[in-house]
Amino acid sequence: MHIADGVASIPVLVGGGVLTAGGVAMGLSRLKDEQIPRAALMASVIFVGSVLIRLPIGPSSEHPVLNGLAGLLLGWTAMPVFLIALFLQALLFQFGGITSLGINTLTMAVPAVLCHYCFGPMVRRASTPRSAFAVGVTTALLALSLSFALWMTALLMSGKALLVVIKIAALPHLVLMVAEAVFTGFIVSFLWRVYPRIFDMTGLRSGGRIQGASLPGGHE
Amino acid sequence: MSCSTFFAGNTVVHRLDARGRVVATLLYALLVASCSGFVVLGLGVGAAVVAVALARIPSHPLAKRLLRVNAFMVLVFLLLPPTMPGDSGFALGPIFFSYEGIALATRITLKANAIVLMFTALLGTVEISELGHAFQRLRVPDKLIHLFMFTLRYLDVLHHEYEGQLRAMKARAFRARMNMHTYRTYAYLLAMLMVRSLERAERIMDAMKCRGFKGRFHAHRHFSFGHRDLAFGVMTVAVLALLAFLEWGTPGGAQ
Repeated sequence: MHIADGVASIPVLVGGGVLTAGGVAMGLSRLKDEQIPRAALMASVIFVGSVLIRLPIGPSSEHPVLNGLAGLLLGWTAMPVFLIALFLQALLFQFGGITSLGINTLTMAVPAVLCHYCFGPMVRRASTPRSAFAVGVTTALLALSLSFALWMTALLMSGKALLVVIKIAALPHLVLMVAEAVFTGFIVSFLWRVYPRIFDMTGLRSGGRIQGASLPGGHE
Repeated sequence: MSCSTFFAGNTVVHRLDARGRVVATLLYALLVASCSGFVVLGLGVGAAVVAVALARIPSHPLAKRLLRVNAFMVLVFLLLPPTMPGDSGFALGPIFFSYEGIALATRITLKANAIVLMFTALLGTVEISELGHAFQRLRVPDKLIHLFMFTLRYLDVLHHEYEGQLRAMKARAFRARMNMHTYRTYAYLLAMLMVRSLERAERIMDAMKCRGFKGRFHAHRHFSFGHRDLAFGVMTVAVLALLAFLEWGTPGGAQ
Protein backbone atom coordinates (compact mmCIF):
# COMPACT_ATOMS: atom_id res chain seq x y z
CA MET A 1 0.00 0.00 0.00
CA HIS A 2 2.96 2.28 -0.48
CA ILE A 3 3.00 4.93 -3.15
CA ALA A 4 6.22 4.92 -5.16
CA ASP A 5 8.12 7.99 -6.32
CA GLY A 6 6.74 9.60 -9.44
CA VAL A 7 3.18 8.35 -9.10
CA ALA A 8 1.41 10.92 -6.94
CA SER A 9 0.87 14.50 -8.06
CA ILE A 10 2.58 17.48 -6.45
CA PRO A 11 -0.44 18.75 -4.44
CA VAL A 12 -0.86 15.26 -2.97
CA LEU A 13 2.84 15.00 -2.12
CA VAL A 14 2.99 18.47 -0.57
CA GLY A 15 -0.31 18.06 1.27
CA GLY A 16 0.80 14.68 2.61
CA GLY A 17 4.13 16.14 3.66
CA VAL A 18 2.59 19.09 5.51
CA LEU A 19 -0.01 16.98 7.33
CA THR A 20 2.61 14.41 8.27
CA ALA A 21 4.92 17.14 9.57
CA GLY A 22 2.07 18.36 11.78
CA GLY A 23 1.31 14.86 13.04
CA VAL A 24 4.96 14.11 13.71
CA ALA A 25 5.33 17.38 15.63
CA MET A 26 2.28 16.41 17.67
CA GLY A 27 3.69 12.95 18.31
CA LEU A 28 7.10 14.31 19.32
CA SER A 29 5.67 16.90 21.67
CA ARG A 30 3.90 14.13 23.58
CA LEU A 31 7.01 11.98 23.72
CA LYS A 32 9.12 12.44 26.82
CA ASP A 33 12.89 12.04 26.56
CA GLU A 34 12.95 8.94 28.70
CA GLN A 35 10.34 7.29 26.50
CA ILE A 36 12.46 7.56 23.39
CA PRO A 37 14.23 4.18 23.70
CA ARG A 38 10.87 2.49 24.11
CA ALA A 39 9.36 4.21 21.10
CA ALA A 40 12.47 3.41 19.07
CA LEU A 41 12.13 -0.23 19.99
CA MET A 42 8.59 -0.25 18.73
CA ALA A 43 9.79 1.33 15.50
CA SER A 44 12.39 -1.42 15.10
CA VAL A 45 9.87 -4.15 15.90
CA ILE A 46 7.50 -2.77 13.29
CA PHE A 47 10.32 -2.52 10.80
CA VAL A 48 11.63 -6.01 11.48
CA GLY A 49 8.13 -7.48 11.55
CA SER A 50 6.97 -5.89 8.35
CA VAL A 51 10.16 -6.59 6.41
CA LEU A 52 11.22 -10.04 7.60
CA ILE A 53 7.95 -11.81 8.33
CA ARG A 54 5.99 -13.01 5.34
CA LEU A 55 2.52 -14.36 6.06
CA PRO A 56 1.74 -17.22 3.68
CA ILE A 57 -1.42 -16.45 1.72
CA GLY A 58 -2.39 -19.11 -0.76
CA PRO A 59 0.50 -19.74 -3.12
CA SER A 60 2.12 -16.39 -2.33
CA SER A 61 2.89 -14.42 0.81
CA GLU A 62 2.52 -10.88 2.12
CA HIS A 63 4.36 -8.65 4.55
CA PRO A 64 2.21 -7.56 7.49
CA VAL A 65 1.61 -3.80 7.83
CA LEU A 66 1.15 -3.78 11.61
CA ASN A 67 -0.27 -0.26 11.79
CA GLY A 68 -3.29 -1.31 13.86
CA LEU A 69 -1.02 -2.88 16.45
CA ALA A 70 1.31 0.12 16.40
CA GLY A 71 -1.64 2.42 17.03
CA LEU A 72 -2.88 0.33 19.92
CA LEU A 73 0.51 0.49 21.59
CA LEU A 74 1.83 3.89 20.59
CA GLY A 75 -0.93 6.45 20.04
CA TRP A 76 0.37 9.69 18.55
CA THR A 77 3.94 8.41 18.68
CA ALA A 78 2.93 6.20 15.76
CA MET A 79 3.44 9.26 13.53
CA PRO A 80 7.22 9.69 14.03
CA VAL A 81 7.64 5.93 14.37
CA PHE A 82 6.12 5.26 10.95
CA LEU A 83 8.02 8.17 9.45
CA ILE A 84 11.28 6.54 10.51
CA ALA A 85 10.27 3.00 9.60
CA LEU A 86 9.15 4.10 6.14
CA PHE A 87 12.25 6.23 5.60
CA LEU A 88 14.43 3.23 6.40
CA GLN A 89 12.37 0.98 4.13
CA ALA A 90 12.83 3.45 1.27
CA LEU A 91 16.55 3.83 1.99
CA LEU A 92 17.37 0.16 2.42
CA PHE A 93 14.88 -1.67 0.24
CA GLN A 94 13.23 0.88 -1.98
CA PHE A 95 9.75 0.15 -0.66
CA GLY A 96 7.73 3.33 -1.08
CA GLY A 97 9.74 6.39 -1.97
CA ILE A 98 11.40 9.54 -0.77
CA THR A 99 9.10 12.17 -2.26
CA SER A 100 6.08 10.14 -1.21
CA LEU A 101 7.37 9.66 2.35
CA GLY A 102 4.88 12.21 3.69
CA ILE A 103 1.80 10.79 2.07
CA ASN A 104 2.84 7.21 2.86
CA THR A 105 3.38 8.05 6.53
CA LEU A 106 -0.02 9.70 6.63
CA THR A 107 -1.65 6.64 5.05
CA MET A 108 -0.16 4.31 7.65
CA ALA A 109 -0.08 6.39 10.82
CA VAL A 110 -3.38 8.30 10.87
CA PRO A 111 -5.43 5.08 11.07
CA ALA A 112 -3.01 3.94 13.78
CA VAL A 113 -3.70 7.04 15.89
CA LEU A 114 -7.45 6.62 15.42
CA CYS A 115 -7.23 2.98 16.47
CA HIS A 116 -5.49 4.04 19.63
CA TYR A 117 -8.46 6.12 20.70
CA CYS A 118 -11.09 3.63 19.55
CA PHE A 119 -9.59 0.40 20.81
CA GLY A 120 -6.98 1.31 23.41
CA PRO A 121 -9.54 1.47 26.24
CA MET A 122 -11.25 -1.68 24.94
CA VAL A 123 -8.15 -3.83 25.03
CA ARG A 124 -7.43 -2.70 28.59
CA ARG A 125 -10.94 -3.70 29.61
CA ALA A 126 -10.85 -7.06 27.83
CA SER A 127 -11.57 -9.85 30.27
CA THR A 128 -10.62 -12.99 28.36
CA PRO A 129 -7.90 -13.82 25.82
CA ARG A 130 -10.72 -14.38 23.37
CA SER A 131 -12.02 -10.84 23.73
CA ALA A 132 -8.46 -9.49 23.44
CA PHE A 133 -8.15 -11.49 20.23
CA ALA A 134 -11.39 -9.94 18.98
CA VAL A 135 -10.14 -6.44 19.77
CA GLY A 136 -6.95 -7.20 17.82
CA VAL A 137 -8.91 -8.42 14.83
CA THR A 138 -11.19 -5.37 14.78
CA THR A 139 -8.24 -3.00 15.21
CA ALA A 140 -6.39 -4.46 12.24
CA LEU A 141 -9.52 -4.47 10.09
CA LEU A 142 -10.27 -0.83 10.84
CA ALA A 143 -6.65 0.29 10.46
CA LEU A 144 -6.14 -1.44 7.15
CA SER A 145 -9.45 -0.38 5.62
CA LEU A 146 -8.74 3.23 6.60
CA SER A 147 -5.23 2.96 5.16
CA PHE A 148 -6.59 1.52 1.95
CA ALA A 149 -9.16 4.32 1.76
CA LEU A 150 -6.47 6.97 2.27
CA TRP A 151 -4.21 5.31 -0.30
CA MET A 152 -7.10 5.23 -2.76
CA THR A 153 -7.89 8.90 -2.14
CA ALA A 154 -4.25 9.89 -2.66
CA LEU A 155 -4.10 8.01 -5.96
CA LEU A 156 -7.43 9.33 -7.22
CA MET A 157 -6.44 12.89 -6.31
CA SER A 158 -3.28 12.37 -8.36
CA GLY A 159 -5.16 11.29 -11.45
CA LYS A 160 -8.46 9.63 -12.28
CA ALA A 161 -6.61 7.29 -14.64
CA LEU A 162 -5.13 5.47 -11.66
CA LEU A 163 -8.55 4.09 -10.74
CA VAL A 164 -7.72 0.96 -12.69
CA VAL A 165 -4.66 0.35 -10.48
CA ILE A 166 -6.91 0.56 -7.44
CA LYS A 167 -9.35 -1.94 -8.89
CA ILE A 168 -6.57 -4.42 -9.54
CA ALA A 169 -5.14 -3.91 -6.05
CA ALA A 170 -8.47 -4.22 -4.23
CA LEU A 171 -8.68 -8.00 -4.02
CA PRO A 172 -5.11 -8.61 -2.77
CA HIS A 173 -5.66 -5.89 -0.19
CA LEU A 174 -8.84 -7.52 1.01
CA VAL A 175 -7.04 -10.83 1.44
CA LEU A 176 -4.14 -9.14 3.22
CA MET A 177 -6.63 -7.46 5.53
CA VAL A 178 -8.09 -10.77 6.65
CA ALA A 179 -4.66 -12.36 7.11
CA GLU A 180 -3.36 -9.40 9.07
CA ALA A 181 -6.50 -9.29 11.23
CA VAL A 182 -5.91 -12.87 12.38
CA PHE A 183 -2.20 -12.17 12.86
CA THR A 184 -2.85 -9.04 14.94
CA GLY A 185 -5.51 -10.89 16.93
CA PHE A 186 -2.96 -13.50 17.97
CA ILE A 187 -0.38 -10.84 18.85
CA VAL A 188 -2.82 -8.88 21.00
CA SER A 189 -4.13 -11.94 22.82
CA PHE A 190 -0.55 -13.08 23.50
CA LEU A 191 0.43 -9.68 24.88
CA TRP A 192 -2.79 -9.52 26.88
CA ARG A 193 -1.95 -12.81 28.60
CA VAL A 194 1.80 -12.50 28.91
CA TYR A 195 2.45 -8.83 29.37
CA PRO A 196 -0.75 -6.85 29.86
CA ARG A 197 1.14 -3.79 31.11
CA ILE A 198 2.22 -3.12 27.57
CA PHE A 199 -1.18 -1.63 26.82
CA ASP A 200 -0.86 0.85 29.67
CA MET A 201 2.68 1.94 29.22
CA THR A 202 3.37 2.07 25.53
CA GLY A 203 0.51 4.42 25.10
CA LEU A 204 3.55 6.29 26.36
CA ARG A 205 1.59 8.26 28.89
CA SER A 206 2.74 6.81 32.16
CA GLY A 207 6.45 6.88 31.42
CA GLY A 208 7.02 4.82 34.54
CA ARG A 209 9.18 1.81 34.90
CA ILE A 210 7.70 -1.61 34.42
CA GLN A 211 7.23 -2.85 37.95
CA GLY A 212 7.92 -6.46 38.71
CA ALA A 213 7.41 -7.58 35.17
CA SER A 214 8.35 -11.22 34.87
CA LEU A 215 9.11 -12.62 31.52
CA PRO A 216 8.03 -16.07 30.48
CA GLY A 217 10.64 -18.51 29.36
CA GLY A 218 13.17 -17.55 31.99
CA HIS A 219 15.69 -16.07 29.61
CA GLU A 220 18.40 -13.55 30.37
CA MET B 1 20.18 -5.12 8.17
CA SER B 2 22.96 -3.27 9.83
CA CYS B 3 23.92 0.21 10.82
CA SER B 4 26.70 0.49 8.32
CA THR B 5 26.68 2.02 4.89
CA PHE B 6 24.47 0.34 2.37
CA PHE B 7 26.88 0.91 -0.50
CA ALA B 8 30.27 1.40 1.08
CA GLY B 9 33.12 2.76 -0.96
CA ASN B 10 35.53 5.59 -1.35
CA THR B 11 34.57 7.44 -4.50
CA VAL B 12 34.15 11.14 -5.19
CA VAL B 13 30.53 10.84 -4.12
CA HIS B 14 31.36 9.07 -0.87
CA ARG B 15 33.75 11.84 0.11
CA LEU B 16 31.19 14.61 -0.29
CA ASP B 17 29.69 16.33 2.74
CA ALA B 18 26.65 14.31 3.82
CA ARG B 19 24.62 17.44 4.49
CA GLY B 20 25.10 18.63 0.94
CA ARG B 21 24.05 15.25 -0.40
CA VAL B 22 20.87 15.22 1.70
CA VAL B 23 19.83 18.67 0.50
CA ALA B 24 20.74 17.94 -3.13
CA THR B 25 18.75 14.69 -3.13
CA LEU B 26 15.66 16.31 -1.68
CA LEU B 27 15.72 19.24 -4.11
CA TYR B 28 16.34 16.94 -7.05
CA ALA B 29 13.53 14.54 -6.05
CA LEU B 30 11.03 17.36 -5.60
CA LEU B 31 11.97 18.97 -8.91
CA VAL B 32 11.79 15.73 -10.89
CA ALA B 33 8.49 14.80 -9.25
CA SER B 34 6.97 18.09 -10.40
CA CYS B 35 8.27 18.00 -14.00
CA SER B 36 6.34 16.50 -16.88
CA GLY B 37 8.37 17.11 -20.07
CA PHE B 38 9.99 14.04 -21.57
CA VAL B 39 13.21 15.86 -22.42
CA VAL B 40 13.48 17.13 -18.85
CA LEU B 41 12.73 13.74 -17.34
CA GLY B 42 15.15 12.07 -19.73
CA LEU B 43 17.89 14.51 -18.70
CA GLY B 44 16.94 13.89 -15.06
CA VAL B 45 17.46 10.15 -15.52
CA GLY B 46 20.74 10.94 -17.29
CA ALA B 47 21.99 13.02 -14.35
CA ALA B 48 21.04 10.24 -11.94
CA VAL B 49 22.84 7.64 -14.06
CA VAL B 50 25.97 9.81 -14.00
CA ALA B 51 25.73 10.03 -10.19
CA VAL B 52 25.31 6.26 -9.89
CA ALA B 53 28.32 5.71 -12.14
CA LEU B 54 30.43 8.16 -10.14
CA ALA B 55 29.45 6.47 -6.87
CA ARG B 56 30.29 3.06 -8.42
CA ILE B 57 27.15 1.43 -7.05
CA PRO B 58 27.52 -2.35 -7.49
CA SER B 59 25.25 -3.49 -10.28
CA HIS B 60 23.62 -6.51 -8.68
CA PRO B 61 21.93 -4.82 -5.67
CA LEU B 62 21.12 -1.83 -7.87
CA ALA B 63 19.37 -4.08 -10.38
CA LYS B 64 17.39 -5.64 -7.55
CA ARG B 65 16.17 -2.21 -6.42
CA LEU B 66 15.28 -1.13 -9.92
CA LEU B 67 13.44 -4.39 -10.49
CA ARG B 68 11.35 -3.78 -7.38
CA VAL B 69 10.41 -0.30 -8.55
CA ASN B 70 9.75 -1.31 -12.14
CA ALA B 71 7.56 -4.27 -11.29
CA PHE B 72 4.90 -1.71 -10.42
CA MET B 73 5.70 0.20 -13.61
CA VAL B 74 5.00 -2.89 -15.72
CA LEU B 75 1.56 -2.95 -14.15
CA VAL B 76 1.12 0.74 -14.94
CA PHE B 77 2.14 0.16 -18.57
CA LEU B 78 -0.22 -2.76 -18.94
CA LEU B 79 -3.16 -0.97 -17.37
CA LEU B 80 -3.04 2.71 -18.29
CA PRO B 81 -2.85 2.72 -22.12
CA PRO B 82 -5.91 0.50 -22.67
CA THR B 83 -8.04 2.14 -19.98
CA MET B 84 -7.22 5.83 -20.21
CA PRO B 85 -9.50 7.72 -22.57
CA GLY B 86 -7.67 9.69 -25.25
CA ASP B 87 -8.13 11.33 -28.65
CA SER B 88 -5.35 9.56 -30.45
CA GLY B 89 -3.86 6.13 -30.23
CA PHE B 90 -3.86 2.84 -32.01
CA ALA B 91 -5.98 -0.24 -31.92
CA LEU B 92 -4.59 -3.69 -31.37
CA GLY B 93 -7.40 -6.05 -32.10
CA PRO B 94 -10.41 -5.00 -30.04
CA ILE B 95 -8.37 -2.97 -27.54
CA PHE B 96 -7.64 0.70 -28.07
CA PHE B 97 -4.36 1.99 -26.70
CA SER B 98 -4.37 5.75 -26.12
CA TYR B 99 -1.22 7.83 -26.50
CA GLU B 100 -2.27 9.75 -23.39
CA GLY B 101 -2.10 6.56 -21.39
CA ILE B 102 1.28 5.63 -22.83
CA ALA B 103 2.58 9.15 -22.13
CA LEU B 104 1.42 9.06 -18.50
CA ALA B 105 2.89 5.60 -17.92
CA THR B 106 6.20 6.71 -19.45
CA ARG B 107 6.28 9.83 -17.29
CA ILE B 108 5.66 7.87 -14.10
CA THR B 109 8.34 5.34 -15.01
CA LEU B 110 10.95 7.99 -15.84
CA LYS B 111 10.28 9.95 -12.65
CA ALA B 112 10.41 6.86 -10.44
CA ASN B 113 13.66 5.60 -11.92
CA ALA B 114 15.34 9.01 -11.85
CA ILE B 115 14.52 9.55 -8.19
CA VAL B 116 15.46 6.02 -7.13
CA LEU B 117 18.81 6.21 -8.93
CA MET B 118 19.72 9.59 -7.46
CA PHE B 119 18.54 8.55 -4.00
CA THR B 120 20.68 5.42 -4.15
CA ALA B 121 23.73 7.23 -5.48
CA LEU B 122 23.71 10.13 -3.04
CA LEU B 123 22.05 8.83 0.13
CA GLY B 124 22.65 5.08 -0.16
CA THR B 125 26.34 5.91 0.08
CA VAL B 126 26.13 7.74 3.42
CA GLU B 127 26.78 5.71 6.54
CA ILE B 128 23.37 5.59 8.19
CA SER B 129 24.44 6.94 11.56
CA GLU B 130 26.26 9.73 9.75
CA LEU B 131 22.94 10.46 8.08
CA GLY B 132 21.49 10.97 11.56
CA HIS B 133 24.19 13.50 12.35
CA ALA B 134 23.65 15.23 9.03
CA PHE B 135 19.93 15.57 9.81
CA GLN B 136 20.84 16.95 13.22
CA ARG B 137 22.96 19.66 11.61
CA LEU B 138 20.12 20.40 9.23
CA ARG B 139 17.91 21.35 12.18
CA VAL B 140 15.69 18.29 12.21
CA PRO B 141 14.11 18.16 15.71
CA ASP B 142 16.39 16.51 18.27
CA LYS B 143 13.79 14.05 19.48
CA LEU B 144 13.22 12.74 15.99
CA ILE B 145 16.97 12.29 15.53
CA HIS B 146 17.21 10.39 18.81
CA LEU B 147 14.33 8.20 17.81
CA PHE B 148 16.08 7.55 14.50
CA MET B 149 19.44 6.74 16.09
CA PHE B 150 17.96 4.43 18.70
CA THR B 151 15.91 2.69 16.03
CA LEU B 152 19.06 2.04 14.00
CA ARG B 153 20.79 0.65 17.03
CA TYR B 154 17.94 -1.68 17.94
CA LEU B 155 17.46 -2.94 14.41
CA ASP B 156 20.66 -4.93 14.62
CA VAL B 157 19.79 -6.26 18.05
CA LEU B 158 16.27 -7.26 17.08
CA HIS B 159 17.32 -8.76 13.79
CA HIS B 160 19.81 -10.90 15.64
CA GLU B 161 17.20 -11.99 18.16
CA TYR B 162 14.67 -12.68 15.42
CA GLU B 163 17.15 -14.91 13.60
CA GLY B 164 17.84 -16.79 16.83
CA GLN B 165 14.17 -17.45 17.51
CA LEU B 166 13.57 -18.44 13.92
CA ARG B 167 16.43 -20.93 14.15
CA ALA B 168 14.86 -22.38 17.28
CA MET B 169 11.55 -22.71 15.46
CA LYS B 170 13.16 -24.39 12.48
CA ALA B 171 14.99 -26.79 14.77
CA ARG B 172 11.54 -27.83 15.95
CA ALA B 173 10.52 -28.46 12.34
CA PHE B 174 8.49 -25.29 11.85
CA ARG B 175 7.50 -24.65 8.26
CA ALA B 176 5.47 -21.68 7.12
CA ARG B 177 2.24 -22.81 5.55
CA MET B 178 -1.10 -21.16 5.19
CA ASN B 179 -2.77 -22.28 8.39
CA MET B 180 -3.66 -20.98 11.83
CA HIS B 181 -0.62 -22.62 13.37
CA THR B 182 1.74 -20.58 11.18
CA TYR B 183 -0.07 -17.35 11.85
CA ARG B 184 -0.15 -17.99 15.57
CA THR B 185 3.52 -18.93 15.65
CA TYR B 186 4.61 -15.84 13.76
CA ALA B 187 2.39 -13.69 15.96
CA TYR B 188 3.88 -15.12 19.15
CA LEU B 189 7.37 -14.70 17.71
CA LEU B 190 6.80 -11.01 17.08
CA ALA B 191 5.01 -10.44 20.39
CA MET B 192 7.81 -12.17 22.27
CA LEU B 193 10.35 -10.01 20.46
CA MET B 194 8.37 -6.99 21.63
CA VAL B 195 8.19 -8.09 25.27
CA ARG B 196 11.87 -8.92 25.47
CA SER B 197 12.90 -5.71 23.79
CA LEU B 198 10.81 -3.53 26.09
CA GLU B 199 12.63 -4.94 29.07
CA ARG B 200 15.86 -4.25 27.27
CA ALA B 201 14.80 -0.67 26.56
CA GLU B 202 14.22 -0.07 30.26
CA ARG B 203 17.66 -1.36 31.11
CA ILE B 204 19.25 0.75 28.40
CA MET B 205 17.51 3.88 29.65
CA ASP B 206 18.66 3.18 33.21
CA ALA B 207 22.21 2.66 32.03
CA MET B 208 22.11 5.87 30.05
CA LYS B 209 20.78 7.83 33.00
CA CYS B 210 23.63 6.47 35.08
CA ARG B 211 26.00 7.96 32.58
CA GLY B 212 24.30 11.33 32.68
CA PHE B 213 22.15 11.20 29.55
CA LYS B 214 20.07 14.34 29.40
CA GLY B 215 18.22 13.78 26.20
CA ARG B 216 20.89 14.94 23.84
CA PHE B 217 23.43 13.15 21.70
CA HIS B 218 26.73 14.75 21.03
CA ALA B 219 27.61 14.48 17.41
CA HIS B 220 31.07 13.03 17.18
CA ARG B 221 31.32 13.62 13.49
CA HIS B 222 32.42 16.97 12.28
CA PHE B 223 31.36 17.88 8.84
CA SER B 224 33.56 20.03 6.72
CA PHE B 225 32.33 21.83 3.68
CA GLY B 226 35.32 21.96 1.34
CA HIS B 227 36.12 22.96 -2.22
CA ARG B 228 34.83 19.68 -3.52
CA ASP B 229 31.49 20.27 -1.83
CA LEU B 230 31.31 23.78 -3.20
CA ALA B 231 31.86 22.38 -6.69
CA PHE B 232 29.18 19.77 -6.06
CA GLY B 233 26.79 22.46 -4.85
CA VAL B 234 27.38 24.65 -7.90
CA MET B 235 26.91 21.64 -10.18
CA THR B 236 23.69 20.65 -8.45
CA VAL B 237 22.26 24.13 -8.71
CA ALA B 238 23.27 24.29 -12.39
CA VAL B 239 21.62 20.96 -13.22
CA LEU B 240 18.46 21.81 -11.28
CA ALA B 241 18.28 25.25 -12.89
CA LEU B 242 18.69 23.71 -16.35
CA LEU B 243 15.91 21.20 -15.71
CA ALA B 244 13.61 23.87 -14.29
CA PHE B 245 14.35 26.17 -17.24
CA LEU B 246 13.58 23.43 -19.79
CA GLU B 247 10.37 22.59 -17.96
CA TRP B 248 8.94 26.03 -17.31
CA GLY B 249 11.18 28.58 -19.04
CA THR B 250 10.76 27.61 -22.66
CA PRO B 251 7.45 27.73 -24.52
CA GLY B 252 6.47 24.20 -25.39
CA GLY B 253 9.76 22.99 -23.99
CA ALA B 254 7.88 20.71 -21.68
CA GLN B 255 7.20 18.31 -24.50
